[in-house]
Amino acid sequence: MMSQVRVSTTVNGDAVEYLCEADETLLDVLRDRLGLTGAKEGCGTGDCGACSVTVDGRLVCSCLVLGAEAEGRKIGTVEGIASGDKLHPLQKKFLEHAALQCGICTPGFLVAAKALLDHNPNPTETEIRFGLAGNLCRCTGYDKIVRAVQAAAAEMRKG
Amino acid sequence: MRYEAPTSINAAVKLLGGSKGLAKVLGGGTDLLVQMKTDRIEPDLVVDVKRIPGMRDIAAKGGGFRIGAAVSSAELGEHKALKKAWPGVVEAANLIGSHQIQGRATIVGNLCNASPAADSVPALVAAGALAVVAGPKGKRNVPVEKIATGPGKTSLKKGEMVEAILLPKRPPKSGDAYLRFIPRTEMDIAVVGVGVNLTLDAKGVCTAARVSLGAVAAQVLLVPEAAKALIGTKVDKAALDNLAAACSAACRPIDDKRGTKEFRIKVAGVLARRAAAIALKRAGGK
Repeated sequence: MMSQVRVSTTVNGDAVEYLCEADETLLDVLRDRLGLTGAKEGCGTGDCGACSVTVDGRLVCSCLVLGAEAEGRKIGTVEGIASGDKLHPLQKKFLEHAALQCGICTPGFLVAAKALLDHNPNPTETEIRFGLAGNLCRCTGYDKIVRAVQAAAAEMRKG
Repeated sequence: MRYEAPTSINAAVKLLGGSKGLAKVLGGGTDLLVQMKTDRIEPDLVVDVKRIPGMRDIAAKGGGFRIGAAVSSAELGEHKALKKAWPGVVEAANLIGSHQIQGRATIVGNLCNASPAADSVPALVAAGALAVVAGPKGKRNVPVEKIATGPGKTSLKKGEMVEAILLPKRPPKSGDAYLRFIPRTEMDIAVVGVGVNLTLDAKGVCTAARVSLGAVAAQVLLVPEAAKALIGTKVDKAALDNLAAACSAACRPIDDKRGTKEFRIKVAGVLARRAAAIALKRAGGK
């Protein structure tokens, strides 16, 4: 017998309320209840980073967070990265550098890269590679992703 | 399954003790949710302890530190005073998983998950850390090496939970370090882990030491013989040779896909030597 949990939270700045199952992950809540399908389920066990979101500004795998835990927190997803129609520098540079192929990992990489640059606006290549080690990509070989993050960081430093 | 997020330790203990079926504590969830996802466990009750005051705090206490059960590894790494006093503990916690995992994973969870290969546990054992166990009969402080009793098994009784880790006051000229071997550069499970914690006197002679090994037995080991090899010495080459031999001798490893018995026994000695050298330097010795 599952008991549902009522949750009031904030997602990308908007107040949100939902009912979820006690054992339902935040990833499933975002995708199936809130229609935010940017975060993807790759592994479901915290290894691939495709479901990356922020909780109170902290980068996490949403597959390893219960929907019920989001009560009163601030959730940030890839849908909140652009401002209206204006893409974030990371999104622009991912496009310009062709830093994606199939695209499944891309939302997670964007959220993780943004968290990295928020913390360290001028990372070295090594810091980027270590910083994004929790995100797996089976297509690009990572190089184009690293170049895109470097280019976005340079643009963001110019302001 | 029922989800509860109590706001006091007493309420949490009552929930855990009063539950029928399997009750699990949810801190960072990086082990618990994986076990649920892969159907290794099916809890009837999950008690989220993050809403309990103090659980997310690192507090200076009696010259040492009290680390609440829900403090993430990332938060440990961002705490300057803790990192300065216990660099080995913090570096061990910061080795666990990706940034995403670091944002949630806790050292109390690492301890209570009771993996023999848990990275933060040898560092905590070497540090002489205590686990504050809360339960139906009140609170008790338990040396961390007494928590795990085997892979996935702990000495905690029904209704009990670890609410915090206590790290003791540091005497002057002390240092600690943790090293592990993995086949990659990161994001892997320790094949061998070694924690060393030592204190020197004014002349640079080691007056106290604790040495702990991970991933070489069914639980993390405290190795008094290895500590004896350091105490009374200047942690010179002869002492390090004795330390390495004592560590290798203490190993009771298994063969698995990540390493053979022989490899683990050898590497335990090598890493102990290197970790002791780092701890020595941090203690201000040469």
